Amino acid sequence: MKIKLTFWRVVFLVIMAMGLYSSFVRYFRGLGAVSNMTDQFPWGLWIGFDCLCGVMLAAGGFCVIGAVYLFNVERLHSVVRPAVLTAFLGYLLFIVGLLFDLGRPWYIWHQLIYMNPHSVMFEVGMCVMAYTTVLFFEFLPNVLERFKLTTPIKWIKKIYAVLVVLGILLSTLHQSSLGSLYLIMPSKLHPFWYTPALPFLFFGSAIAVGLAMTIFESTQSAKALGRHLELPVLVELGGALLVALWVNALLRFEDYFHRGMLGQIIKPSYEAYFLWLELTLAFVIPITMLSFKKVRLSPSGLYLASVFSLLGFITNRLNVSLTGFETYVGHHYMPKWTEFSVTLMIIALGFALFGVAVRYLPIFPEEEHAVKPSLAKERQPEVATAVLSHARD
Amino acid sequence: MSKALLYDATMCIGCKQCEAACAQQNKLPYDDRVAAESVQSEHKYTVVMTKDDKFMRRLCMHCERPACASVCPVGAFHKTKEGPVVYDVWKCIGCRYCMVACAFAQPKYEWGSLNPRVRKCIMCPDRVVAGKQTACAEICPTGATKFGDRDDLIKEAQARIRDNPSNYQPRIYGLHEVGGTCVLILSSMNVEEYGYPASAKIGDTPMPEYTGRVMEKIPDFIPVWSLVLGGIYWISHRREEVAAVEGGEKKNGSKK
Repeated sequence: MKIKLTFWRVVFLVIMAMGLYSSFVRYFRGLGAVSNMTDQFPWGLWIGFDCLCGVMLAAGGFCVIGAVYLFNVERLHSVVRPAVLTAFLGYLLFIVGLLFDLGRPWYIWHQLIYMNPHSVMFEVGMCVMAYTTVLFFEFLPNVLERFKLTTPIKWIKKIYAVLVVLGILLSTLHQSSLGSLYLIMPSKLHPFWYTPALPFLFFGSAIAVGLAMTIFESTQSAKALGRHLELPVLVELGGALLVALWVNALLRFEDYFHRGMLGQIIKPSYEAYFLWLELTLAFVIPITMLSFKKVRLSPSGLYLASVFSLLGFITNRLNVSLTGFETYVGHHYMPKWTEFSVTLMIIALGFALFGVAVRYLPIFPEEEHAVKPSLAKERQPEVATAVLSHARD
Repeated sequence: MSKALLYDATMCIGCKQCEAACAQQNKLPYDDRVAAESVQSEHKYTVVMTKDDKFMRRLCMHCERPACASVCPVGAFHKTKEGPVVYDVWKCIGCRYCMVACAFAQPKYEWGSLNPRVRKCIMCPDRVVAGKQTACAEICPTGATKFGDRDDLIKEAQARIRDNPSNYQPRIYGLHEVGGTCVLILSSMNVEEYGYPASAKIGDTPMPEYTGRVMEKIPDFIPVWSLVLGGIYWISHRREEVAAVEGGEKKNGSKK
């Protein structure tokens, strides 16, 4: 078998090589050598991006499962499998990231025996462990189908209701608890980001990002596989994203309003610049874009809007975990290149594994894309009007 | 009754014998170079800082309701009934949540180690349990660091302020901060000038309450939310079943 060296494969190999070097530094020279973390900045990029953003970006799984199985939004059925795949990979990679960040990763199992129920981190850990197991069972039918093992699929179908409810319950708990982690730092985290509403904001942003991520990955994989886009599905998701963004924006406004911060957030300051960047990317641009019907009905418009909101919410979580501490600490934190390269390696692994899974497993059923194009055109206006009226409500 | 340390900065002469005694007690390196370091680190649990001709000591505050103990996912920190907040290194997984959560930024990390530990003053728990003073209090030549029952020390501190009001800032730092700590500080200066967090900023609320308010809701939230989700699932699938049955009936009807 000959493997062609394409541009992206070379990029992938370079990222992996640098990542492996950084992993060597991490495990043989220690956290101090591999990162710019210090006693003043004990949590760096790996917590801020790999953990906080990683879990958020994997939220598509429970959002789509919830929409399809709880609320019977049948139209989204075709994105359940890719969304579950993204979520499952996301959580596996989150655990990989954790193995880099923990000072003593070989004791990670202590979580199961030395339990501290008062700890938010304990709750997040248990939920993530349990949810990854749920995702494993939600993902398993893909593999079983590939090898034509029908009996175990039947077993999983029997417990599917339990998996659905459990998955959403666990997601609600740990997506919001990631925000609760920061509730204990009122004197350290900048008031732009410290708020008792953190768990609600984190849960809200997880839903918006889950929808945006599903649009993003559908478009990406359609491009990669040369498939036709299922436009009605994307339009439906885009409408839901618009609603989710509005809800998030209102939550943020409400929070600043209640705490009397509106005057402060419009005054220029170091933190304000980052806040403006976050709000512009997450809300102003995508909401404006999606408010145009034309954008909401075009695949590239939907794709761009979701990319902007993804970048915005990533900025938000990095602000909560990094920018928000700089004034308290008194100096800036800039990750070392080896920290970046580990994060890049994990992201690259995610893309690669997604690509492999999509190629070898029945993630996107074959027969569907033969039928879809014509169907898509027919249903487009009808769905669009439905979405429009939904958005108006 | 919980034990505590009272540090009176006005009595301190900056001899740094407490630093040396602490290093010896905890088997940490100590020489002129370490003595010259003016910040706490993984090899320096306590530090005596100098500003003009005044001194100030820093060490773990041993909160009555410690944040580090409440946030640790594996319970590697706990508050002993004698007062010290101690660390069980064999439990620690290295998440460093304690470091981020501590309002006084006391836990330090062995960044250079391949099996790193969190390091902080543990208030000589072996000595305290054995009824002895902490190493720093025992060696202090002027009595600036004094060991005793927390309640007695509070009374003594209040008396010192009352007898010599011109000598002191009229407050005991650690009496109410984050719900009270087992290290109490008297000073003629504002302790904030030495890097202590401002009382107004950290407040009197014990740190664990900030997360506790959310955590305590979880045991109720789980069954309620499961029922809601399960209920929605049941209803939406019930509708499907009904629709299927009705559809079947219609078909049968049309056939007839």
